[in-house]
Formats: sequence, structure tokens, C-alpha cells
Amino acid sequence: MSEQEDRQTTSGEQQGVSWVRWLPLGIFLLLAVFLGIGLTLNPNEVPSPLIGKPAPAFELPRLDNEQQIFSSSELHGKVWLLNVWASWCVSCREEHPVIAQLASTRLAEVIGLNYKDDSADARRWLARFGDPYLASAVDREGRVGIDWGVYAVPETFIIDKQGIVRYKHTGPVTVALLNEKLIPLLKQLQEEG
Amino acid sequence: MKALLYGLLLLVCGSGLAIASMETYRFENAQQQARYRVIIETVRCTVCQGQTIADSNAGLAQDLRQLVYEMIIDGHSDREIYRFMVERYGEMVLYRPPLKPSTIPLWIGPFVILGVALVALVMIIRRRERLLTPKLSSDELQRASQLLEQDKK
Repeated sequence: MSEQEDRQTTSGEQQGVSWVRWLPLGIFLLLAVFLGIGLTLNPNEVPSPLIGKPAPAFELPRLDNEQQIFSSSELHGKVWLLNVWASWCVSCREEHPVIAQLASTRLAEVIGLNYKDDSADARRWLARFGDPYLASAVDREGRVGIDWGVYAVPETFIIDKQGIVRYKHTGPVTVALLNEKLIPLLKQLQEEG
Repeated sequence: MKALLYGLLLLVCGSGLAIASMETYRFENAQQQARYRVIIETVRCTVCQGQTIADSNAGLAQDLRQLVYEMIIDGHSDREIYRFMVERYGEMVLYRPPLKPSTIPLWIGPFVILGVALVALVMIIRRRERLLTPKLSSDELQRASQLLEQDKK
């Protein structure tokens, strides 16, 4: 009887040991899952605190005529889109045809924010690649960019008729994003009061 | 004495400033400069996310340093400056995230892991002790104590 008990305790102990043996593998798998999730996230996709808040107002010189001031208040009551761009920004060139395509839908007033750029370069850039913007505002010091939380050009914001920021995209706008997200959203915003 | 202390502080802060960032700003007093230092070392550069705006030479980091400087000179409080940053870039701009439900795992997670590790360590040591301690029968124990007694003599 006592011998039997003895055997039971030893086998119980062995079971405990074998469970511990699997622990590192378990921890590894858990870590792998977390890191795997981490890999699918884009660290550059910082959620904008601006969504759902009034768009920061600005008054800046117009790129086509720097004596003239462009004020964001001119857009009140309209659905508009702010596209932050610069002639030094390579991905802006990549997304430029898509912005032009978006402007041609007439679903929104497309405004450019020429961010920390040389105005002469910027004008040359538009002359070369086309100017889809109703106006481009010159933000040479990047101060308006800071108000909008701009940190990686290009960035695109969509503002509704009430002047509320409804959407932000960081990085170049792709055709897929335009068709799947931006156009439906703009249509919806146009229907809103 | 006070002047001497302030002077020392200025020297310390000033030397740090010269190493870490390119611009040198003129402050009205050493306290302002110390505040500037603390703020730029706790605001994340959103372009280069592993760095503070003090560490980074990205254009945006330079602009933000300039802005922090101007806000301090204009008499804004630290709280106002941090709020300015958070309103624009979100809470991830803060190197020290505020304590709230969504950040609790961030704050206590390391201590929980440490606790689990300590418990595991104690358990492992105990088990090892149990396994290594030889189980002696009463005869063997008697012999052992006899041997020890002999040693003493």
C-alpha cells in the first residue's frame, strides 16, 4: 500500500516536471503571436486626434499668387480635402495622378498645403505634373502643418460641411483607397446637411 | 549662494544643450531653460518614433523645439505645452503616457511579469531543494548523528 502511494507521488512529480518543460515553448508561442500581430500593424499609422474635431483654421499666401491670402474659412459649408504635399516629397509625385482623379470627381474642393517647400520649386512641380488644386496654400515654416499634426508628407484630410475633420490618411493615396474609401465617404458627406 | 547655484545649473544645462541640439536659445532665466530641457526630452518625434525631439535632427523635431521655446518665452505652462502637442499629434507624442485604463497594462505589466518570474523562481528552487535533499531512513539518520557526534569530539 505504502509502496503504491510512493509510486503515485513520484509519477505526479514527474508530470509536474514535464508540464514545466513545455512552458518555454508556450511562452515562445505567445510571444510569436504578439510579435506577429505587431508585424501586421503599421507604426506610421498614428491615429489622428483631429478626427471629429474642427479643422484648424489657417490663412496663408496662395502658391499661384503669394500676394493673395487663402483662408480656410472660404471653404465653410463645403466638403473639402486638404492634401499636404511638397516638391521634395517623392511619394507625392506617386499619388499626384490619384489626387487629380479625385479632383475630377468634383466630390470635394481639393486644397493643397504646400509644406516646407521652396515656392519656385513647387510652382515648377505643378507646371510639370499638373495642378489639380483649387488652391495651394504656402506653409513654408510648417506652422500650419504642426496645427494639423502633419508629420509625414503626403497626408490627406477630409473635412465635412460643418468644418469637422472626418478622415485622415498618412502616406500616398492609392487608387484602391480612392475607390474603396474616399469616394464613398465624400458621397456620404455631400449628402449630409 | 543662490546665484552660484543658478550659475552652476545654467552651466550644466547649457553644456547638455550644446551637445544634444544644434540651436541655442536665449532664455530669460535658468528655470525656463530647465523646463525647455525637460519638455523636449519627453516629447516624441513623430517622424522618427524612437527618439525625442531633443535627440532628433528631423525638420519637424527642429520646428517643435522652436515652438516649445516660443511657448515658454510667451509664458505658457508645461501643461499647456503638452496639451498643445497632444491635441495635434495624439497621446503617443508623450514619452510618459498618462495613467488611464487603456495604459494600465503598460504601467503595471512589467511588475506583473517580474512578480510571475519571482514566483516561478521560488517554486523552481523549492522543487530542486526537495529533489536534492536525500531522504534518509531513521537508521541512516541515527548513523549520521553518530558520525557528527564523533566529529565534535
